[in-house]
Amino acid sequence: MIPDTSFAAAVQERSGEKLAACYQCLKCTAGCPLSSHMDLKPNAILRMIQYGQRERVLKSHAIWFCVSCMTCGVRCPNDIDISVVMDTLREMAIEEGYAYAAEKRVVQLHEEFVRSVKLWGRLHEVTFYMAYMARSLDIIASIPSGLALMARGKLPFLPKRIKGGKQIKRLFKEAYKTKGQLEEEA
Amino acid sequence: MAEYSFYPGCTAHSTGLEYNLSLHAVAHALGIELKEIDDWNCCGGAAARSISNLLGLALPARNIAKAQECDLPLVIPCPGCFNATRRAQYALINDPEMRERLEEVVEFKYKPGLEIVSMHQVFLEPDVLDRLAESVNRPLRGLKIASYYGCALVRHPEIVQMGDYENPVFFDRLVELLGGEPIDWSYKTDCCGADLAMTHGKIAAEIADNIVAGAIEAGADCLMASCGLCQVNLDMRQTGKEQKKLPTFYFTELMGVALNLPKQSQWWGMHIVSPKPLLRATRLLRRGGRS
Ligand code: SF4
Ligand code: SF4
Repeated sequence: MIPDTSFAAAVQERSGEKLAACYQCLKCTAGCPLSSHMDLKPNAILRMIQYGQRERVLKSHAIWFCVSCMTCGVRCPNDIDISVVMDTLREMAIEEGYAYAAEKRVVQLHEEFVRSVKLWGRLHEVTFYMAYMARSLDIIASIPSGLALMARGKLPFLPKRIKGGKQIKRLFKEAYKTKGQLEEEA
Repeated sequence: MAEYSFYPGCTAHSTGLEYNLSLHAVAHALGIELKEIDDWNCCGGAAARSISNLLGLALPARNIAKAQECDLPLVIPCPGCFNATRRAQYALINDPEMRERLEEVVEFKYKPGLEIVSMHQVFLEPDVLDRLAESVNRPLRGLKIASYYGCALVRHPEIVQMGDYENPVFFDRLVELLGGEPIDWSYKTDCCGADLAMTHGKIAAEIADNIVAGAIEAGADCLMASCGLCQVNLDMRQTGKEQKKLPTFYFTELMGVALNLPKQSQWWGMHIVSPKPLLRATRLLRRGGRS
């Protein structure tokens, strides 16, 4: 069977990373702090892209587990920055409607974070946590840590809006032009 | 008197409150003036770039636009914000297509030449170091400190330009200067996993415990961090199940201790794992009414 090369070409084009240079040395996976929790390890992601496994890659947990720590990128003997490839894959997963498939909560958390920034210009932790908890119903995990921080006076209760609110809105509008699935709308 | 424009970042008034308080106290003591840039916005953190590459660059680009107006080098204390802003600057310099796009979206014109530095670089300037060496009046004698650099401050080297990214030592040099004992260990640039802390607390706890275990094994009795996310993550997520808990200082707090600055107890009250017992044991806890 001849693999579908259009996916690899698209990822390569958008990320600007030379995926074909990967010779599967596994250095990326060996150093990745999250690889033991990933369903597809970083090196496997690269191989699957080359095999044209669009759906399996874009539906993977791994792309949302990557925390952009760049360990892989600085160690790859072929100079492939997988953190940048992961950015591209996350964008594609959102655009093609796969984003909620594997790691709904991570996506929701990111969405609520940027929603807070869109609203106030800065992150307001308390309302951001509350919005995330309301959507994800992920309450038990977040409340104790939130309370611990609040008790130490570290979470201001009321948000303040910056002056350049209009500018921020515009910036979001542009960035979301191509986005499909997300609840967040421009 | 050295002058900088200053980008506090969102954690300055929340999880990294004691970082913000202590860095201002230290800067003041060393004669460094920090001028907050007007109407700054959030850099987007990990979330913005996870959702849209353009958004992840445009948010910090707006702060670059604001900083350009002041004509001073820009200092960014949070490594996460520092990294995001340097990434945006890197794109503005090296990717003409993206620059055009960012200039259009943010409605500004990029002026080359803005210097963007991290907080520690301000304190490690040669003349500041001289002043610091003269002003240390409470050397951190007996304190075994594992400097934790994390990811955003040192990687990607092309973007942050911070030298050795596998075995950085700039914080260890600072510890020496403050009279403490720097601990050589293997986890200094490992990621703390903070981005997954909210959604996958167990994984974040496992990563934090591993890092703390590495520090204990190397003989450290505390960690020293420079990031409002790393610090709170290590401080809060370590479970202490298999090992003792280690306090996690901001490097500016330990500078404050060595300079014997006032109001330290306010910082200690914001920690989850209190550093007070360790400071008491090493006779570094500042006493007196208004400590
Ligand atoms: S380190 Fe680079 S070459 Fe090696 S497997 Fe990973 S991506 Fe491929
Ligand atoms: S950037 Fe992502 S894939 Fe690479 S080492 Fe870090 S977590 Fe793993």
